[in-house]
Amino acid sequence: MMDSFKEWYEGRHQYAREWKKRTGKKVLGYFCTYVPEEILIAADVLPVRILGSHEPQDVTEPHIFGMFCPFCRDCLAQGLQGRYEYLDGIMISQSCLHIRQAYTSWKLHVPVEFSYYLPMPHHLQSRRALPYLTGELEAFKKAVEEWTGTTITEEGLNRGIEVMNRSRRLTRALYELRRRPDPPVTGLESMRVVAASQMVDKREYNEALQETIDRLPERAGRDGSRVRLMMLGSENDDVAFVGMVESLGAIFVIDDHCTGSRYFWNEVLTDRKPMESIAARYVDRVPCPTKDWPERKRIEHIRQLAKDWNVQGAIVVQQKFCDPHEIDIPAIIKALKQDGVPAQVLEIDVTVPVGQFKTRIEAFLEILKQEDLF
Amino acid sequence: MKPTYKTEPLRCWAKAKEIRQDYYKNYALAHEKGGLRWAGGAWSFDAIPAGLGDDVYPLTGEPYAAAIAWDKEFALQCHEAVEKAGYARDLCSYMRNYWGSIILNKYVFGGEFPKPDFIWQDHICCSHAKWYQVVRDLEGKDIPMYCLDVSVGPYEELTDNRLEYVVGQMHDGIAWLEKVTGRRFDDEKLIRAVSNHCRSTALWAEVCALNKAIPAPLDEKTMYSLYVLGTLQKSSGIVADFTEELRDEVKDRVARGIAAVPNERCRVMSDTQPPWAFLKIFRYLEQYGCVSVGSLYTFGLIGQWEVKADGTWGARTTPEQQGIVIRDRDQALRILADWELKKPEWQHFYSPQAKSEMMIRIAKEWTLDGVLLHYNRGCEGLSLGIAENRLAMIKAGYPVIVFEGNMGDEREFDEIQTLKRIDAFMESLGFEKDSR
Repeated sequence: MMDSFKEWYEGRHQYAREWKKRTGKKVLGYFCTYVPEEILIAADVLPVRILGSHEPQDVTEPHIFGMFCPFCRDCLAQGLQGRYEYLDGIMISQSCLHIRQAYTSWKLHVPVEFSYYLPMPHHLQSRRALPYLTGELEAFKKAVEEWTGTTITEEGLNRGIEVMNRSRRLTRALYELRRRPDPPVTGLESMRVVAASQMVDKREYNEALQETIDRLPERAGRDGSRVRLMMLGSENDDVAFVGMVESLGAIFVIDDHCTGSRYFWNEVLTDRKPMESIAARYVDRVPCPTKDWPERKRIEHIRQLAKDWNVQGAIVVQQKFCDPHEIDIPAIIKALKQDGVPAQVLEIDVTVPVGQFKTRIEAFLEILKQEDLF
Repeated sequence: MKPTYKTEPLRCWAKAKEIRQDYYKNYALAHEKGGLRWAGGAWSFDAIPAGLGDDVYPLTGEPYAAAIAWDKEFALQCHEAVEKAGYARDLCSYMRNYWGSIILNKYVFGGEFPKPDFIWQDHICCSHAKWYQVVRDLEGKDIPMYCLDVSVGPYEELTDNRLEYVVGQMHDGIAWLEKVTGRRFDDEKLIRAVSNHCRSTALWAEVCALNKAIPAPLDEKTMYSLYVLGTLQKSSGIVADFTEELRDEVKDRVARGIAAVPNERCRVMSDTQPPWAFLKIFRYLEQYGCVSVGSLYTFGLIGQWEVKADGTWGARTTPEQQGIVIRDRDQALRILADWELKKPEWQHFYSPQAKSEMMIRIAKEWTLDGVLLHYNRGCEGLSLGIAENRLAMIKAGYPVIVFEGNMGDEREFDEIQTLKRIDAFMESLGFEKDSR
């Protein structure tokens, strides 16, 4: 039932090459989930998120100082190793400094015909962010039009919005099923679904996910006695780690990270002109910590998720050297503690020390089970 | 070896120290004078709160944290206090020094840590707004906070939409300042502060440009103690006037052939903030007759530059020099935003190439023999793209030495290894230590 998502996730490059051959259209690699895919879909461009491969590598050291996060270096490694040779363009929507370096070094050393830096605002809580981003999206649309030689119409934008919104609704419906005491889908399966959605044509994804969701309620639950966990952090598509945790009598029922719920949580509300509607979605979405100020809105969202998904414990998966997330960790732990949700912080690299982490997770799960007992 | 050039101390040195001391004292004692304290960053638009009155005193976080770094023992106490509170040790070391000072309730210049009345910050890197979010966690949510986002891309791609976003936030910030302080904003004071801001930053560039001279009238270790005033309060008349006095003195040194390093025979530049507790590495270089004449950091963090008619880098022409008369708030804010967005040590946030081009320019125009790159674990923002800068400098034909360290956390700096690397680098350039 979930095989197609696994195949897409594992065969991402093959998929993109075949899509390109089949459609004759362009493929654009992007570095951050603040990229407005609606506009790219309106131009019939396939947006694919550039992710790492979780393999040790030795090609990025001359380009990115080792104190920057392993994820950004892993992403750049994919480009330097020629694994995304099918890309016609790359872009980034401004987020953290780390991933920005993957983009700038890629641009320098892996030539593509189109590159774009979208200066996504950070001060999202300012009333100035929406008109500013709307203007920037108009400029981006123009650049895409020039690149692809197409005109992006209002109808096209509406189509892009509808495709993206359907994808968001369906993925959220999948997550809703995980609220059940016996979730019919594991955290590992869900992670592959969301990651696949960032790699394939959303229309195909939507059809596959619709079919899956229609059939999932009949699927047997994944054993309701398992400890219900949430996963928090920045980017994390470490399926080996998730699989390991879930092999220990736990199940991830919800998450807040950008290869998870943060990617699809909010829809575009079509109550104004298409471009402004798109901009509003990215301004109002669950924020990345680097944009979550002066008030921390994300923590309230996390608390609500923990409550609604009946979470027993949280695993904070900290990408090594990721300052914005690191800064928020003490505040997150404090907030979750107030709600009776213990948290375990694990610092991850491109590869994780499975043995050590296994011991720590086992200890954490024991603590959680004891709390149930007493 | 006999010194080649004459040298003498800077006459204005004591005044620079006095201005800095007064700055920290004024902040601490602001309430005793009925004034206000604000905390923020060295990149904050300090000309704006100046519109609240002459008794509104800032404490900029980065230079304050650098002052802590210089005090190794206290810095270590700060780091340990922060780690005990649950924060990671690989976070920005300025931020950790600052937080530690709050947690320990100890002002590095004596007494308890003076709590700000409001926070006025700029978000330039991933940590800048978050820094003061944590300050509120530690000192109380009742401290009002305003933070401006300036991340609108490189100056050469500045559009009306981008400028408008920054200026709009400035206008909102003024309304916010009036609300949280209960004071009426004085546009005349703002206009004067913007004028001072442009003046002091252009004058600092003039000072740095004078260092093209051989021998260099200033060495970088000395420059750190001078440029810092611009990181404290570049919009103050005191800083602008001092920088003018400094410019005149340095001009005089050039005319008289006064060297910072009398045995100068090798010229280099550094990059990013230095490991503040180990500025002696610059003195060590002097044993080889090597002077660090500056860096993009010392030149371009505060200094404002432009390409002159002859193609070389010189101080940016101020609005006043262009004959522009600032008449109202909106015009003042637009000038201020445009001025700051052109800061050289900002362009590299978008492109390592932009920084490499500026570094190569410095290497050519300041007649350098090599480059010392500080791979600074303490600052993500200024270390951004540094590895690409290394490749570009080598490609341009400039020898490069890399040393790893941390501007604010001495635990990440290996002094012996760094000095050994310097020895090897100097030898590779063909310079020997002076015999004693």
